[in-house]
Amino acid sequence: MSDPNPLAGTPRRTRDQVADLHFMDARYKLLDLAAFLDRLEKASGPEDHRVRGLRAALPLLLSAGDDRVAQILHLWSDPSVAPIEKADTKAASGVWPGLK
Amino acid sequence: MRYIEPHGHMVSRTTDDYQAMALAGCAAICEPAFWAGFDRKTADGFYDYFCQLTQHEPKRAAKYGLPHYCWLCINPKESEDMKLADDVLALIPEFMKAKTVLGIGEIGLNKNTRNEMRILEKHVELAVKHDQLILVHTPHLEDKRKGTRLIMDVLKAAGKVKPERVIIDHVEEHTIGEVLDQGFWAGITLYPESKATPVRAVDMLENFASQRVWLNSACDWGHSDPLAVPKAMQEMRRRGHSAAAIDSLVYGNPVRFLSQSPNFKDPQALR
Ligand SMILES: [Zn+2]
Repeated sequence: MSDPNPLAGTPRRTRDQVADLHFMDARYKLLDLAAFLDRLEKASGPEDHRVRGLRAALPLLLSAGDDRVAQILHLWSDPSVAPIEKADTKAASGVWPGLK
Repeated sequence: MRYIEPHGHMVSRTTDDYQAMALAGCAAICEPAFWAGFDRKTADGFYDYFCQLTQHEPKRAAKYGLPHYCWLCINPKESEDMKLADDVLALIPEFMKAKTVLGIGEIGLNKNTRNEMRILEKHVELAVKHDQLILVHTPHLEDKRKGTRLIMDVLKAAGKVKPERVIIDHVEEHTIGEVLDQGFWAGITLYPESKATPVRAVDMLENFASQRVWLNSACDWGHSDPLAVPKAMQEMRRRGHSAAAIDSLVYGNPVRFLSQSPNFKDPQALR
């Protein structure tokens, strides 16, 4: 990973200032996520691999550090390195299906 | 404030979008060739598309005072059909003569298959042979990290590719560092749902300050926003970044990269 290289001239901010700018945005997103999990609770059938991946990412939100987004994206990434022979779809699902 | 839209699929946008972009300060638009949302069956379909990109779309943009440039290729979603891909590749040199073509793009990978890799290699060869800039599309979501690494391997293996003449687009928090470390330019695409939001993009910019980053909306026929770049500029202003810092990022950086093509003219100089 690259060395930290902060943008010159980025203003120093207090946590209050960051909260003033972005708290309401984060608040509604968290409530939407909670509502999504509630909705799943009421549905039937086995757990979808994408939802499994989402649940696996939740503990990372509470971990220390300032690279949670990268950690979650790494968690959801296909870990293989070789090209595949043929794809059965053009689309990606959002979470590597092999994630346990 | 002025900005460049370095990656917009204007063939899928309405004329109202051109007007809104011009009003928001857009000074030039660059349009990579991409997937139409369905697989084209013939090289003739691509011939018409390349005519649209090089002849028709610049006229539409000019009505709003916007210079329009384009990039040519067959995109990875359609390169499973190797015969079709070869036929389309054969069309490209003729279209490169158009005065608004900036290079080969957006090439890359979608599902990281062997056929996609072969067609990517052929595009890179073509770009090297004709001394063209390269614009790379990286795969979506869970396929992005693996695909980004495979693409960088192909570019390095080609030998003659200068990383400073390649922009690797759609980077996210888990790929931007590797791309910049290897000397390539990195493009951050602002999408409402996938890729990066304006807020995350500004976080990335604050963490990975680089002279080799640009922002784009990649607006197309899907869920996307042709005003995403000005919205990221607004986010930078809200956070206290100076007008000069914003200008250097959304105008200066794309102009520096694109000016490596003799066809690109700094819009400032055109006024
Ligand atoms: Zn695109």
